[in-house]
Amino acid sequence: MTALSLRPGPRRFRQWSGRAGWAVLAWVVAIAFFIPVLWMVITAFKPESAAETWPPQFIFTPTLSEFRLAVSGMGPFLTHSVLATVGSTVLVLLLGIPAAYALSVHPVKHWRDGLFFFISTKMLPIVAAIGPLYVIALHAHLLDSIWLLIILYTAMNLPLAIWMIRSFMLEVPSELLEAARLDGAGRIREIGSVILPIVSPGLVSTALICVIFAWNELFLAINLTVTNAATLPMFLISSVPQEGLFIAHLCAAATIASVPVIVVGWIAQRSLVRGLSMGAIK
Amino acid sequence: MAGVRYMSATRVFGKDMPPAVDGLDLDIQDGEFMVLVGPSGSGKTTALRLLAGLEPLDGGRVEIGGRDVTDVPPKDRDIAMVFQNYALYPQKTVAENMGFALKMQRVHRDERDRRVREAARLLDLDDQLLDRKPKQLSGGQRQRVAMGRAIVREPKVFLMDEPLSNLDAKLRVQTRSQIAELQRRLGITTVYVTHDQVEAMTMGNRVAVLNEGRLLQCATPRQLYDDPVNQFVAGFIGSPAMNLRTVPLTDGGARLAGRVLPLPAAVRTAAGEAGLSELVIGMRPEHLHVTDGPGELTGEVILVEDLGADALLHVRLPEGGNQVVARTEGQKPPTPGQKVTLHVQLDDVFAFHPVTGARLAG
Repeated sequence: MTALSLRPGPRRFRQWSGRAGWAVLAWVVAIAFFIPVLWMVITAFKPESAAETWPPQFIFTPTLSEFRLAVSGMGPFLTHSVLATVGSTVLVLLLGIPAAYALSVHPVKHWRDGLFFFISTKMLPIVAAIGPLYVIALHAHLLDSIWLLIILYTAMNLPLAIWMIRSFMLEVPSELLEAARLDGAGRIREIGSVILPIVSPGLVSTALICVIFAWNELFLAINLTVTNAATLPMFLISSVPQEGLFIAHLCAAATIASVPVIVVGWIAQRSLVRGLSMGAIK
Repeated sequence: MAGVRYMSATRVFGKDMPPAVDGLDLDIQDGEFMVLVGPSGSGKTTALRLLAGLEPLDGGRVEIGGRDVTDVPPKDRDIAMVFQNYALYPQKTVAENMGFALKMQRVHRDERDRRVREAARLLDLDDQLLDRKPKQLSGGQRQRVAMGRAIVREPKVFLMDEPLSNLDAKLRVQTRSQIAELQRRLGITTVYVTHDQVEAMTMGNRVAVLNEGRLLQCATPRQLYDDPVNQFVAGFIGSPAMNLRTVPLTDGGARLAGRVLPLPAAVRTAAGEAGLSELVIGMRPEHLHVTDGPGELTGEVILVEDLGADALLHVRLPEGGNQVVARTEGQKPPTPGQKVTLHVQLDDVFAFHPVTGARLAG
């Protein structure tokens, strides 16, 4: 009896140790990813004198002085970033929803070609397009304008958004759409009353990804704007000191720039997971 | 109120595929409960979708109430459909689900409310349920909401696509009679698709049996049972299925398991005219009786399925080892291994052409 009840012991231990091993590995990977971020946040609270010591100090008197300094110059950059991010994300959704609908629920002729075209625009390195873009922007009198960034960020995020929204729309059961047709819903109603409520978690995750990409975008902004439309990543660049090292200052600015993305991600966490795994679970 | 008529209705899905519905001619009376029944792939659901306008016709036409609706969009056909998986809008409440079609027709909110409540009462749906989302309902309740969504519209025709297949067995039987009763009360023409021949027999005024896109027979349940036009209908209708055996013809009858089963003169004549040396005979399990006296067949019981009121005997016949199923009373059925003698109700033996499957006169 006792021998029998003891027998599962080693197996249970193996199972336990296996699980623990994976847990340790997961933590190690997570910490490895998190350490640079942690270092940035910690350094942001240090006075400049304590920031550059080696080995790094972990005991110091935290100060907000670098934050004050960073915030003081940040105002217009922040406004531009918010305008470009929100504006382009709204546009992406307005254009992406009908486009995704026309490529999934009621596919237009040559929808495969359309779909491939959208994604093919992401294959060209953006550097290759910057010259023509600059010339076009120059002639359209859009250089250093927030509208230029809104248009470009919309164009930049639209292909991915269409692909994502399309895959969510494909998940909507066809019987539901047929029921709506029988109930007398037209195209607009079909989208508004039946499809959108179902794919809304997917829309949230799509929007969130667009927000993050637009918020973090640097290359287009740095090449096509100067002051009137300069965004937060450009402010970070300008905080990188030309001579001498002002690491604490840079870290404070970078921390502030990261906060919105982290907050939005935190809030949208649940719908992000739901949206991104929408195709996985039936 | 309206009848429905299919006239040579045809639907082909792929170039190299046989038609899903092949020249369907079917006349459904006003107020009738018509069941389309057949195995999967028989075209029954496609036929229903043609009527709903969810599939375009590749030939022929469809009429509702004498009006050609072949090119009329679904919403203007004045029909309501209950889907197999109910297709309730997941983000809308029960009341919104039921009232959605009326909202699309711009029916006033008060009137909409009244009709939704009326339908809910008709279906025994509690008022509290009206504010719930479909996810919070049981399978049976969802089924009734789907029914309610159809009823609220007061359509000319109800279309139902296997609406009971997602319910458990007990609820299915209960709901089956409720739907049939409701249809009689409302008197709305109904086209009901099922693969379950029991549903077909119990619910329909008439039943249309389809196979491979073709209509084989459309008749009352009783006629289908008593007078099937071919081997397929005979085998499909009735539970358990008819015993079908290909047997050689002899003088005066057919040779089965070493005995000669006498066949009516009309059948022998028909077989003779067709130049047949063998034919298919069909015997329903309920027409084979275990007897102590002389009988047409003998064999060994190999399996007994006791259903309570009656029992099904699987009997192995000698010479060829063919098996037949006989229905017997549940009280003290024979046991496996026992030899039994079966009396065959010769008047109820069917004969079919071995190649075409057509019924031979008799």
